[in-house]
Amino acid sequence: MTMILGVPVAVLFGQLLLGIINGAFYALLSLGLAVIFGLLKIINFAHGAMYMMGAMATVIMFDALGINYWVALFVAPVIVGCFGMLIEYFLLRRIAGQDHIYSLLLTFGVALMIQGILTNIYGVSGMRYSMPDLFQGGFKLDFMYLPYYRAWVIFMALVVCFGTWFMIEKTKLGAYLRAGTEDAQLMQGFGINVPLLISLTYGFGVMLAAFAGVLAAPIYSVNPVMGSNILIVVFAVVVIGGMGSIAGAIITGLLMGVIEGLTKTFYPEFSSAVIFLVMVIVLLIRPSGLFGKEA
Amino acid sequence: MGNPVDPGDIQKSMIKDEKADKRRKNILNLVLLALLLVAPAVIYPVFLMKILCFALFAVAFNLLLGFTGLLSFGHAAFLAAGGYTTGYLLSTYSGLTTEMGIIAGTLAATVLGALFAVVAIRRQGIYFAMITLALAQLVYFGFVQAPFTGGEDGMHGVPRGHLFGIIDLENNLAMYYFVLAVFLGGYLLVQRVVGSPYGQVLKAIKQNEPRAVSLGYNVNQYKVLAFVMSAGLAGLAGSVKTVVFQLASLNDAHWHMSGEVILMTLLGGTGTLLGPVFGATFVVNLEYQLSQGPLGDWVDPILGGIFVLTVIAFQSGIVGEVQKFVKKNLG
Repeated sequence: MTMILGVPVAVLFGQLLLGIINGAFYALLSLGLAVIFGLLKIINFAHGAMYMMGAMATVIMFDALGINYWVALFVAPVIVGCFGMLIEYFLLRRIAGQDHIYSLLLTFGVALMIQGILTNIYGVSGMRYSMPDLFQGGFKLDFMYLPYYRAWVIFMALVVCFGTWFMIEKTKLGAYLRAGTEDAQLMQGFGINVPLLISLTYGFGVMLAAFAGVLAAPIYSVNPVMGSNILIVVFAVVVIGGMGSIAGAIITGLLMGVIEGLTKTFYPEFSSAVIFLVMVIVLLIRPSGLFGKEA
Repeated sequence: MGNPVDPGDIQKSMIKDEKADKRRKNILNLVLLALLLVAPAVIYPVFLMKILCFALFAVAFNLLLGFTGLLSFGHAAFLAAGGYTTGYLLSTYSGLTTEMGIIAGTLAATVLGALFAVVAIRRQGIYFAMITLALAQLVYFGFVQAPFTGGEDGMHGVPRGHLFGIIDLENNLAMYYFVLAVFLGGYLLVQRVVGSPYGQVLKAIKQNEPRAVSLGYNVNQYKVLAFVMSAGLAGLAGSVKTVVFQLASLNDAHWHMSGEVILMTLLGGTGTLLGPVFGATFVVNLEYQLSQGPLGDWVDPILGGIFVLTVIAFQSGIVGEVQKFVKKNLG
């Protein structure tokens, strides 16, 4: 068997693949955070909870109504997105314009509530969700085995990331969004319904999180606390990348996934800490983040 | 139209107001102190000590949030660093007196605070919160892996030992008055810091950082010092807590704890000295009451709900609202 630095090639590529998949989730989640931050200037602490709700909704809809994966891929994000818009309308809107710290604390409280309530109903032990039959099996490559579903996750994440980037940078709606980021008041003066735009933006960011949740349902353990730990990692990713650019969020997410995967291969005990250490180093060298514009 | 108001009169009446305000505060503080002194006759001392430890933790945290305007989401790391260091030293070296262990724990948290500050101070606002959260998570993983913390099981059977080698702290009353003294020391220190010229600069930074910079203050230096002090006091709270309960666990290091201390401070009233004390008393009591009743599993969602309610409906917190009420009706 071929070895690289004392590690079998198959193991190395296997870990790299897992890293890319984790990275795909980091990218989707930090993308949603960046979209919300752009217009609302808030850090959505409930983002992990929304990701979890996407996954839970997928499992619950299947168990209770027999709704399959393909339908859930569209329906779950829409449901969670609407839920997010209700939160924006009834809660976040009331503290708009105040110190950003308050919106962080508000969404933290919302996350505690959602997580706590679902924990009481479903427990923390994790729910089973089997993937569609279509995804049984995988590609047998020379150097590794690539399960179909993993390939699908990477493909879908890339499509959604690119689609979001395209929408924000190249379309009229995206232009409104970017203009609102620059000067919301002036936009309102031009006759654009900014409050609606804000609601939609928050809903869209939340949808991205829920979509990641649906993708995660067949491969990760689905439980009410699955969102809280990944959220802290995503925060670190966001700090590393800076929230200046959409493309930056995507690239940083994937990159951090790969770094984590490599660490798992060569120094496993260290793998859960490595992203935080990268964050420290980046902050010391380049405080505004790899892609950050602000000082 | 009446006679024009003499500006001197306004000033005099303001000074009078301030004096009345100060007198009221002194009376209130004395009453509270008296209550704390006699409390163990009525209430179980260990429960009171728990409240005092968390109150000190929240007071330390408030030095940052309330008086400097920095939101740290990683204060659990300092609580745990103090707790684990003290626990480890007291369990391993039997010759060590209790106060030495506590001082060592406080120092460990102070050093950790300095490391946090150097990194986190590079960004502001919500980034600062996210960075402290991430750093605390790093520390959490460190505690999970480190051999001396006992990992998931935690550290048990830490001896309370003898204070100054003489006073036996196994006695709950002796322990209580020691904890009370530590709490008062921490509280008075924060009161002193906030009232000092240094504290005034911190307030200026909170209100308008660019202006403080343009006035020539080295803002980062002030912020780092405030952060380190706050971390040290949080570590002191953790150290004392470990001695009281004779255990240190991962719960103290978890981000959940960082959230809890924010809630205590916010609910009691940020920017007031007594607010965090009341907030801590309220939250500890609530958790205890809930754990006794049928709602034991609902602590988290209820705390989350209180969080949301506080942010939306009364941001100045319990003490802040009372102050407003007093000013309006008795001023």
